[in-house]
Amino acid sequence: MATSLDIRTEPGTPVTHRRPGSPRRLRLSRLDVKYSPYLYIAPFFLLFAVFGAYPLVYTFWVSLHEWDLLAQDHPFVGLSNYSALMSDTDFWNSVYNTLGIFVISTVPQLLLALWLANLLNRQLRARTFFRMGVLIPNITSTAAVAIVFGQLFSRDFGLINWVLGGVGIGPIDWNASKLGSWIAISTMVDWRWTGYNALIFLAAMQAIPRDLYESAAIDGARPSRQFWSITVPLLRPTIIFCVIISTIGGLQLFTEPLLFNSGTNPIRGGSLRESQTMTMYMFENAFAPNYNFGYGAAVAWMLFALIVVVAIVNVLIIRRGARSS
Amino acid sequence: MKGALMHVNSRGRRARGGSAAAVAVAITMATLLAACGGDDGDSGSADGPITLTVDVFGQFGYEELYKQYEASHPNVKIVERGTGSNLDEYSPKLTQWLAAGKGAGDVVAIEEGLLVEYKANPGNFVNLLDHDAAGLKGNFMEWKWNQGLTADGKQLVGLGTDVGGMAMCYRKDLFEKAGLPTERDAVSKLWPTWQEYIKVGEQFKAKNTGAAFLDAATNTFNTIVLQYAGTGGGFHYYDTSNTLVVDSNPVVKQAWDTTMDIIDSGLSGKYQAWSDDWVAAFKQAKFATIACPAWMTGVIEGNAGAGATGKWDIATVPGNGGNWGGSFLAVPKQSKHQAEAVELAKFLTSPQGQIGAFKAKGPLPSSPQALDDPAITGATSAYFSGAPTGQIFGTGAKSLKPVYMGPKNQAVRTEVENAVRTVELGQRSPTDGWADAVNNAKKAADK
Repeated sequence: MATSLDIRTEPGTPVTHRRPGSPRRLRLSRLDVKYSPYLYIAPFFLLFAVFGAYPLVYTFWVSLHEWDLLAQDHPFVGLSNYSALMSDTDFWNSVYNTLGIFVISTVPQLLLALWLANLLNRQLRARTFFRMGVLIPNITSTAAVAIVFGQLFSRDFGLINWVLGGVGIGPIDWNASKLGSWIAISTMVDWRWTGYNALIFLAAMQAIPRDLYESAAIDGARPSRQFWSITVPLLRPTIIFCVIISTIGGLQLFTEPLLFNSGTNPIRGGSLRESQTMTMYMFENAFAPNYNFGYGAAVAWMLFALIVVVAIVNVLIIRRGARSS
Repeated sequence: MKGALMHVNSRGRRARGGSAAAVAVAITMATLLAACGGDDGDSGSADGPITLTVDVFGQFGYEELYKQYEASHPNVKIVERGTGSNLDEYSPKLTQWLAAGKGAGDVVAIEEGLLVEYKANPGNFVNLLDHDAAGLKGNFMEWKWNQGLTADGKQLVGLGTDVGGMAMCYRKDLFEKAGLPTERDAVSKLWPTWQEYIKVGEQFKAKNTGAAFLDAATNTFNTIVLQYAGTGGGFHYYDTSNTLVVDSNPVVKQAWDTTMDIIDSGLSGKYQAWSDDWVAAFKQAKFATIACPAWMTGVIEGNAGAGATGKWDIATVPGNGGNWGGSFLAVPKQSKHQAEAVELAKFLTSPQGQIGAFKAKGPLPSSPQALDDPAITGATSAYFSGAPTGQIFGTGAKSLKPVYMGPKNQAVRTEVENAVRTVELGQRSPTDGWADAVNNAKKAADK
């Protein structure tokens, strides 16, 4: 932001030089220089205050109450929602699921994206076509993806079990096991986001100077060695960026697992809560069937805390990376 | 994945000048203001035309009745929302509207199992007794009327619409394949009790028709527990003083054990009720019987489709009657046209209104007068091979014994049915499943 502020102040200064005699203009101009930058950044902060900060604080306020959604009175209960949450095994199960799905979706996703980007970085026919092609899954609506994949992974009528049946693997009830449902949901996430990350990697790859590769080639490094010794280290900031973005998205995963669990009360994420994520658990408590707004708000704050923790870990990794390089 | 998009925006900051951002803000604000101001459009003046919104789920079959009502009340226009939606989608929305004090329709449908939760905060609803509803008591079965009253009997929250009289629907073509009788009276004679139902199921299973005997153990369990509770103490998960009695009420354990026998015999298709697979299983004739409250006939017709016309039929339910479901119409206090809304609710729940709804979509009237009407007693369903639906469901309806539903009934029921489901899927032994049912029900009741 600093650079853009400098640019904005510059046109103001010559004006004061040209008309030194007008104190009113001078004052206006000073005001302009002093305050207009705040005006320019105000839209973001206003929107953030309305849609970000206020809900955040209000959610915390709600989480300190016994807040039945329909009741007229909401007695203050202090931190008891949080202490109940700490010993709530269903809550920790949802944390475990969220992190589990996050890991088994993000790791293959980023590796695959790296590989795709490397392919797209070569001399290809119809390069733009392929580069745009990898982004197409990303512009499909999440609900449509989830519904289609939900049918693919259907126990009795799904294409995937049909293919597996062809090679003698009995029908898998994807919904009824932790690993099965995690894999199915990760597949949806990866299908949508691999291409997106591949394009970001590709952009970063194109910023790597060609002569690095040339001199490496002269020194006798083969393409795979070049990839691991030049491309990957120079992509580190980009990789970290993609990890952070995937973290935020992954920890808030909601639509895919919800729609994957069709039927009565899909918000549970399966009969044993096999694929219930934190956002789903929050929803289950704040809305149907429990309508316990205070408890749901406490879950929301724990989710916030978890994201903060993960973000701090990310920052530490970045710092360490910066120091070592 | 919202984070990703946000970052793209902030990355594009250099391209975006302050004025563009200001314009964006202005547009956003304008949209917000427009959105906030928009909902007063239908208020109308006292004598001018008014619009009444009716919120429903599933199929209430009111379209024709609206037309009649609009014809006799030229100043009223009626809009229905939520037709065909799932109760799971509908009830959270209704709760949010009530909590927000804004957004709910002028007349809202409330399902029996959720009514207690809404009744716990009666301040959200108009007291229908203040609108001369007391005289309508004779139009309803006594228990249906009493369900609509608050515990102290001082406020009438809802007027009854339908009841869920019970039967057993079955596919004739699959029965024929398995060498079982297909004619409805003969089929009814096969299963006077649930144990005999299981025996028929075992015979059916031995013939390897490629279909399961029933759709889901959870649906059957709910049927059985409501039936046992009706003939037993009149309550299942909660006793009438609102104490949770899942572990101590013998009817719950008996229903559990009967269901375990069904699962043990491998009769269930293990479809998660109301899931996409469940719907597909109707279409592909993957199960032969389904526990069938009156409103389920409409669900079957919708899911199995026109191609299955004449392939289904209706027999009596094993055991002794029972009631599953049924709804009420209430008027939220936030309605701007309370008096008119109450009038409409009275009309829709009148005996004539209930007959009209039954003819359209099959919900069974809760009014004894309607049940005695030739329009009901003589009703047959072409889809169900000409079965006399009015007689099958209507006969037992007047002698229905209601089941008391406690404050967290829906959440507790979900936990117990989920425990059934885990046993059905082989994730839990019946013993562990029962322990889960009891513990999780207690947890849900405390939330």
